[in-house]
Amino acid sequence: MMLLSCPWCGPRDENEFACAGTTHIVRPGPEVSDAEWGRYLFFRANPKGVHRERWRHVYGCGQWFNVARDTVTHQVLAVYRMTEPPPAVPGEGP
Amino acid sequence: MSGHRLAAPAGAFIDRSRTVEFSFNGRPYQGYEGDTLASALLANGVRLVGRSFKLHRPRGIWSAGAEEPSALVDVGSGARRTPNVRATLLPIVPGLSCVSVNCWPGVRLDLGAVNGFFAAVLPAGFYYKTFKWPDWHWYEPAIRRMAGLGVAPREPDPDHYEEVTHATDVLVVGAGLAGLASAVAAARAGARVCLLSGSAHCGGALGWRGDVEVAGLEREARALGVRILMRTVAFGVYDHNLVCALETVSEEGAADLPACVLRERLWKIRAHSVIAAQGAFERPVVFPDNDRPGVMLAHAALKYARAFAVAPGRRALLLANSDAGLALAPQLAACGIEIAAVADGRSQQVEVSAVHGARGVRGATLRAPDGSTERVHCDLILSAGGFAPAVHLHSQAGGRLRWIKDSAMFVPDGAAPGLWSVGACAGAFDRAQARAHAEGTGDALARGQPVPPPPVSGAGICPPARAVARVSGKQFVDLQNDVAAGDIALAARENYRSVEHLKRYTTTGMGTDQGKTSNINALILMGELTQRAAPEVGTTRFRPPYVPVSVGAVVGRRTGALYRPLRRLPAHEWHVGRGALFEIFGDWLRPAAYPLAGESLEAAAEREAHAVRSTAGILDGSPLGKLEVFGPDAARFLDYMYVGSMSSLAVGQARYGLLLNENGTVVDDGIVARLGAERFWVNTTTAGIERTQAAFEEWLQCEFVDFRVLVTPVTSRWANVTVAGPRAWAWLAAAGFDPALAPAAMKHMTLKDSRIEGVPLRVLRASFSGELGYEINLPALKSRWLLERLWSKAAGIGAVPYGIEALQVLRVEKGYLHIGTDTDGTTLPQDVGFARGLERKSVAFVGRRSLTRAAGRDPKRPQMVGLVPADATTVLPVGAQIADRPPPTLTQGHVTSSYRSPALGHPVALAMLADGAARTGDTVRVHHLGRSYAARVVALPFYDPKGSRLNG
Amino acid sequence: MKYSALALLRGALSGPDSWSPAWRSPEPKPEYEVIVIGAGGHGLATAYYLARNHGIRNVAVLERGWLGGGNTGRNTTIVRSNYLFPESARLYEFSLRLYESLTRELNFNIMLSQRGLILLAHSRHDLDAMSRWANAMRMNGIDAELLSRDEVAAAAPLLNLSPEARFPILGGFTQRRAGTARHDAVAWGYARAADALGVDILQNCEVRGFTRDAHGGVTGVETSRGPIRAGRIGIAAAGHSSVLARLAGFSLPVTSYALQAMVTEPTKPALDTVVLSPGTGAYVSQSDKGEMVLGASLDLFPSYAQRGSFALTQGILASTLAIFPSFSRLRLMRQWAGIVDVVHDSSPIIGPTPVPNLFINCGWGTGGFKGIPVGGWTLAHVLATGRSHELAEPFQLERFYTGRLIDEAAAAGIAH
Repeated sequence: MMLLSCPWCGPRDENEFACAGTTHIVRPGPEVSDAEWGRYLFFRANPKGVHRERWRHVYGCGQWFNVARDTVTHQVLAVYRMTEPPPAVPGEGP
Repeated sequence: MSGHRLAAPAGAFIDRSRTVEFSFNGRPYQGYEGDTLASALLANGVRLVGRSFKLHRPRGIWSAGAEEPSALVDVGSGARRTPNVRATLLPIVPGLSCVSVNCWPGVRLDLGAVNGFFAAVLPAGFYYKTFKWPDWHWYEPAIRRMAGLGVAPREPDPDHYEEVTHATDVLVVGAGLAGLASAVAAARAGARVCLLSGSAHCGGALGWRGDVEVAGLEREARALGVRILMRTVAFGVYDHNLVCALETVSEEGAADLPACVLRERLWKIRAHSVIAAQGAFERPVVFPDNDRPGVMLAHAALKYARAFAVAPGRRALLLANSDAGLALAPQLAACGIEIAAVADGRSQQVEVSAVHGARGVRGATLRAPDGSTERVHCDLILSAGGFAPAVHLHSQAGGRLRWIKDSAMFVPDGAAPGLWSVGACAGAFDRAQARAHAEGTGDALARGQPVPPPPVSGAGICPPARAVARVSGKQFVDLQNDVAAGDIALAARENYRSVEHLKRYTTTGMGTDQGKTSNINALILMGELTQRAAPEVGTTRFRPPYVPVSVGAVVGRRTGALYRPLRRLPAHEWHVGRGALFEIFGDWLRPAAYPLAGESLEAAAEREAHAVRSTAGILDGSPLGKLEVFGPDAARFLDYMYVGSMSSLAVGQARYGLLLNENGTVVDDGIVARLGAERFWVNTTTAGIERTQAAFEEWLQCEFVDFRVLVTPVTSRWANVTVAGPRAWAWLAAAGFDPALAPAAMKHMTLKDSRIEGVPLRVLRASFSGELGYEINLPALKSRWLLERLWSKAAGIGAVPYGIEALQVLRVEKGYLHIGTDTDGTTLPQDVGFARGLERKSVAFVGRRSLTRAAGRDPKRPQMVGLVPADATTVLPVGAQIADRPPPTLTQGHVTSSYRSPALGHPVALAMLADGAARTGDTVRVHHLGRSYAARVVALPFYDPKGSRLNG
Repeated sequence: MKYSALALLRGALSGPDSWSPAWRSPEPKPEYEVIVIGAGGHGLATAYYLARNHGIRNVAVLERGWLGGGNTGRNTTIVRSNYLFPESARLYEFSLRLYESLTRELNFNIMLSQRGLILLAHSRHDLDAMSRWANAMRMNGIDAELLSRDEVAAAAPLLNLSPEARFPILGGFTQRRAGTARHDAVAWGYARAADALGVDILQNCEVRGFTRDAHGGVTGVETSRGPIRAGRIGIAAAGHSSVLARLAGFSLPVTSYALQAMVTEPTKPALDTVVLSPGTGAYVSQSDKGEMVLGASLDLFPSYAQRGSFALTQGILASTLAIFPSFSRLRLMRQWAGIVDVVHDSSPIIGPTPVPNLFINCGWGTGGFKGIPVGGWTLAHVLATGRSHELAEPFQLERFYTGRLIDEAAAAGIAH
């Protein structure tokens, strides 16, 4: 069970949070092709390593925030607010 | 009788002044307080304790700890029966009653032992090669009965369990010398320290040797405020240094237990640093018939003698394949166990070529390198093959292992993330060095300084295990699962050579002891057979739990009513008073109906629905989801969220909306009302409130981050009392409601704030029944007051309370869809009659782009239709499939909701039907479990198509 | 060598050396007609059916670790074909039928135990949903029966049958032909049979890259044991599909999650069927050895760690006790996780990739074990012929562009 640091509430057990998957996905406009829309909806890098993802402190303040986390070791490399620019973290591929 | 009690001063753990009566396999025995079942049985001369898993061979007590593979018993009876308890860990208590596992009719005469005669045709994996004809099912029941160990209880557990969370700077697992030393050092350096002692005594193996050093350390640890948890075993290391440990609170099997006791306690400890100090297990020697009762790990024998004053035998043959094993001879002799012979196996000069005595050791034959043999008379064979450090937690935490060839052991290869090993489990067997390193580790972790590397010495020369050549008799590697050296050889021959294949094919290490004494020997033997060193065969990653833990303890209080607790209406008691029949709907306990005496649920629902259509009814809609949405961009935001434009609502107006996800699927519906220029009231479905709120927040916080909008969940703040029926207003008026709420003054789908006796009301004219309807929202704790106030006027109106079931009847008559009943996770808005709404709306909304993909434009999509059974009497079964022919054939749709309509006098149903909108007037066939019905497709709604009843 | 009772008798008389290796450990050849990446059940079955159905024997199966060491050996061993949609029903029913003849086909006892699978209805809504489900299965020509509460009680008497239970049991529905099979045996049986037909199973052979021709098509792989050329390549790597796709330069609609499973200590028979409670998420069967095998939902965040969160372990066990309260005093013996490849609609992807000559079988999510035979059969078909098998046609990557998802879980409201 991971320990995540909510930017508002501090470190809390993983089961207070919900993960909604990859973050920083750019939402295309309605004019794009079906293929591009499908890629936006479903296709993910799914990295084995650093993953930028979106969490919500559901059983807490209810706020969403971003996490950079290693999907193999589960080490949390960065936590930052939705509106903050993504900080660089070690181990992230191109 | 070979096992017997030794005279004082032996027996550090027992209190000879207190005898304890217990029974084993139906026979009464006596022991002393402080005895384990194993020590007490040995003291009583009992050697045959259990039967093995596959071959049902007679087995005795093999160890003195958690690694015990053989001496398993079922404790207690009835609801408190606990299967597969290790006799070596079970304290005896007055009235304890236990039986051997896996034997029938008994442990002495076990019919399953017939397997032993067929052992040769039952090698590892035999079941993969046979039982194919005629069919596995032909053999499976018998094999299942032969397998298994103890007997599972059949009644709910009467005892309970609790969970404690704890945070600490340094957690030390294991209270031997190294663990104590590191805990004291860390505490001296100012850290908060928690120390876990697996047993009821600190000091580990030194504890029962009466070592003054450990006693002093324990005193100092307590003085420094180290939190010491006794009888608490860490069983798992999880992400970010969460260590889970199990504390034994109540004694198993005591006769005088109250009806419910706190049995075990789960500790969830979040530690900044973890120090593993769990010591090492003794590695057994492999030789023929090394499973006979009377064969035992050598250090276990010493522990029985010193700690429990029990000699497991009178005359022992010591097989010492290690320096430490050799050193045991004088210690055992000093305890009064005669050493018949010592076979120094370090150079493999002398081997045991045979063990005599089938149900208990009577002697052994030793064979010299020149082939000469010597028979030794003994009743005890002690096996000292070296040590296997307990690297389990290190491995669980992600640490790597390295192989020490001289000592034939795996030790931690550096620290694991967040976890450092000290003492024997780090491979540090030199006492002085291990203590110094443990202190250095505790001190460094407390101060945040680099941790010194462990002085890995190994345990001297301990040659790896080898199978004895040219002998008969099985040479066991894994006792519980009856895996012998020959099985390893078979696996090697058949190319199941990797550690994973070896384990799975032979089942080595897959028993309740999880291979604590067998895994290393199996790897070594496989390595020898395939000309590889043990590490090349591989090690598996250790998995939690380190020792088996009760399911109940992991679950803690999450049982019974506290397992996903139900929510009750704020006016629950009022409904009880009305005779409500409660049912669980999602997380809520709600009235399904209010049956009269002898009335069925269906009949009650039809009666209540009829009353709503003819007079009035009252429904507690409090669980309905409620959100308030504020801000300058609230209108624009809600336009994005719903199919249905909300920005065009005037203040006081309300509109229906469908909520889609980005894939275009209908996920919820609701009513949005405008409270002010920048303020909206949103009703969601009961089940949909959490996903709606989560979606709102995700879009606001993650995508439309420049929108100035706040979303406040108010579901539990506001109760909802819904009054519906042609006399609804008359009823409200009689109860003193403001005339401004009268139908003439307030249109359908409008909202007004009002008051009654100072209580604020938020009244929405809306209807899920098709009748004149008021949804009255008010402070939750006032709902009972309002219900009583209305109820006091009900008789004059002829009004009734109605439940969810009547509500369903009413809404189906009107053809209103119910999310999750008529829709599922594949439904698009065009499937439920919103094709035109989509075209009309000019602005973007979530999910819109997905609706125009090929799948959304498919004319064969299912569409919601009405069905009326042709015979006008049959209620079509929900879930029945629509198709031209009986199954198997391609389905065209299915029935989603179906009731007898009291208003129409015949049954009606909603269905999803392929291209349904174009099929009005068709007759279709509806199939349910081998029966078939005709039904006519009709336009919706069934009842009051003009909607004239909405205004009363 | 043929496995039989007679062979065991012969083995008993003449010792281990009378047995032959179940499969060879060959050195890689420089080139194969077809390479399959991943020696789990799906990859091994693919190789076997390439040889058996299509006569293509110059095949290598490449495995990073040990054959059968991934999800094939980490699941709860359930086989079933209780699906709503015709596309899924045909696929999984074909698989179940192959399972029914697999022991003799492979001459390896996979211990298929068709002990039935019961889904519990905890509410009237559940009963309705199960009525739809059972009727849809019958439409698809698959056995399904609705069960009364008493019938459920008779089949699994240790269930919590109290009407006061938080999740009361009102009835259920069953597929009697569903059940369990011995997971390792499926991998080993396919491996042995494929090896006997000439397939090279190359263990400890990690794929590190693809070689390409001028048109971008794959021509081979770079591995930890050197380069290997191939005419066509199939990927059957479950949770690691995205890693391989990335090496080949494309992405997948896949996210990898840890799926936990666990077993208790063994006891004498106490549960003779498979029980799934969609309301609580509990998924329980008893192995032939006597362990209670417990599964449930995914860990809730992407992961490549074969561990699983303790929070979810607690949830799984709480759900188990909600329906089997007497299991409280059983002890949890082993807990682990597999890395599963989850797609939005929980249905597999079997067919071509955007890269010429490269094909994929992935997306089985939590249900890959039951799909092993058909996954292998259909991937072999497309590798051999270049055309998708008829059963696999609906299960192409294209559906994520057209929106023609086959979303069983969403339709049934129950995770598959």
